Amino acid sequence: MSAAIYPADLQLSAEGSDEQFLEISMGPQHPSTHGVFRMNVVLDGEHVVRLKPVFGYLHRNHEKIAENETYLGSMPYTDRLDYICSITNNWGYALAVEKLAGIQVPERAEYLRIITGELTRLQNHASLIGFLLQDMGSSGTPLMYAFTQREKILDLFEALTGSRMMCNYMRFGGCRVDLPAGWLDQARKVVREFPRFLDEYEQLLVSNEILMERTQGIGVLSRELAIDAGISGPMARASGVNYDIRKVDNYGLYSRFSFRVPLGDHGDVYDRYMMRFLEMRESVNILEEAMRTLPDGPIVDPKTKIRGFRPKPGEAYGRIESPKGELGFYLVSDGSPNPYRYRVRPPSLVNLTVLEDLCLGRNVADVVAILGSIDIVLGEVDR
Amino acid sequence: MNLETIKSELEGLVPGCRLQVVANPSPSGQHSLLVDTQHAFAVAEFLRNAPSLRFDYCSNVTGIDWPAKEVSAKVKIKKLVDGVEQDVEEVQKTTIPGTLEVVYHLFSVEQRTGPLPLRMRTTNRDAGVHLPSLTPIWRSAEFQEREIFDLFGVVFDGHPDLRRILMWDGFEDHPMRRDYVAPDDFEYEPTAHDDVLQRANQHLSQAGGR
Repeated sequence: MSAAIYPADLQLSAEGSDEQFLEISMGPQHPSTHGVFRMNVVLDGEHVVRLKPVFGYLHRNHEKIAENETYLGSMPYTDRLDYICSITNNWGYALAVEKLAGIQVPERAEYLRIITGELTRLQNHASLIGFLLQDMGSSGTPLMYAFTQREKILDLFEALTGSRMMCNYMRFGGCRVDLPAGWLDQARKVVREFPRFLDEYEQLLVSNEILMERTQGIGVLSRELAIDAGISGPMARASGVNYDIRKVDNYGLYSRFSFRVPLGDHGDVYDRYMMRFLEMRESVNILEEAMRTLPDGPIVDPKTKIRGFRPKPGEAYGRIESPKGELGFYLVSDGSPNPYRYRVRPPSLVNLTVLEDLCLGRNVADVVAILGSIDIVLGEVDR
Repeated sequence: MNLETIKSELEGLVPGCRLQVVANPSPSGQHSLLVDTQHAFAVAEFLRNAPSLRFDYCSNVTGIDWPAKEVSAKVKIKKLVDGVEQDVEEVQKTTIPGTLEVVYHLFSVEQRTGPLPLRMRTTNRDAGVHLPSLTPIWRSAEFQEREIFDLFGVVFDGHPDLRRILMWDGFEDHPMRRDYVAPDDFEYEPTAHDDVLQRANQHLSQAGGR
């Protein structure tokens, strides 16, 4: 195995020289890997010479399971892809099926999708920043601060869907349940208080010298490489790629909302970290506008068949801007009740393509920060 | 941009390439472009670099397995029945050979166009069937082509680092193929005996034997 990983030019112990490379395996139980992810790292002293990610520890062949399941039957399974933001996974899948079968979504359902989707983005970015700071050694406090906010949003999800993380909220042509009484007031309160948390959090660490030292100029991703390697989401925008699928595809009703797309200059870890702050502020604006203008009406298209749902033969690729990047679903139908081909385009997996490029020549401690700033979830990488 | 215009433009740029527009009857209307394997690399290069096209962002790469299938059609033929020529309906069976298909979903960040699904097809479904790798053109295909190699068994020529990615290195089969036989739970029996041993042997013979 090692012969295939390392090219012939790299000898682990060069003969006749004092130099020696050290091969270590970071993970799968390393705390910075957010699950079961492994990196085979070759070190020259403290510096990284080679880095090969190894994954598949959580592989359960989600795609094969979905191909043996009805269309609706795999909706709860999509929760388990990126288990931090299950609602956006539902949305991506519902969007692809709606494209495949030509289903219209009522206005109120689109608003509910935007509200829950942006709440998902808030809690994902908040916890990501907490995790990143935790990885870099600011033990405990920042993560717990972020989690208090995340907890409030998860409570909202529980009140709405019955589950904190495995929400299973979307249906083809709409959403599963309407808002319970008093939910909107509670959500308004959470969203109104959110900018205060952001201000506090930014003051706490954004201009912290140790943080700047650890993150600025580290793991620089160029704009060209970002596009070439298919990097999407906040990571691409931190490198200056102006590509937000909410703006490009105008899926849902995002064209009705005015929000800005923050872009980074340097593409380093610090930019990726700041990108999350800026995106959360825009999400708060979208949420406030959506909750103010939420229309009445049905929450699901009444013409959509729930039982015996068989889309006509054909195929569709639907994608959304999930908090981690471009989440796509590719479906091929042969007219039967289960998809002939079901494919998830996981943003985390594709964003990992450049991990080695970012880490070469850096210290081991930087690898931890770089990996944290990519924002991966292993449920989605391994599927 | 219209798919037909892209097709005619590419045919001018890459002499000898055989392109075909594959219609998609679903409401999504995402028609795709089928390219022959000899010219796939050159076509992909122009798709990426030609100033009018600029499909610089390859988002999704995936495989589809189409096993060989029999299609029966009723055909009227003339036949001698009891010495008299008559029109007789007969069922003719034709076999469509199996193929493994690889689909690339292309977008343009610069011009904000897409998706353009680009397809390639293998000639058969044998083990170790080859296709050209497009990783040198779009780096984003690197892990996703590895995944297709792992789960479908397509070998990509020109891929810099073609190894299994989700399954372990010693694994032999390709789980996403339609005729894949999932392992029985015999593995969990520490000392397989009687019917468990029988099932284990049956699975091994189905999976090709070892």
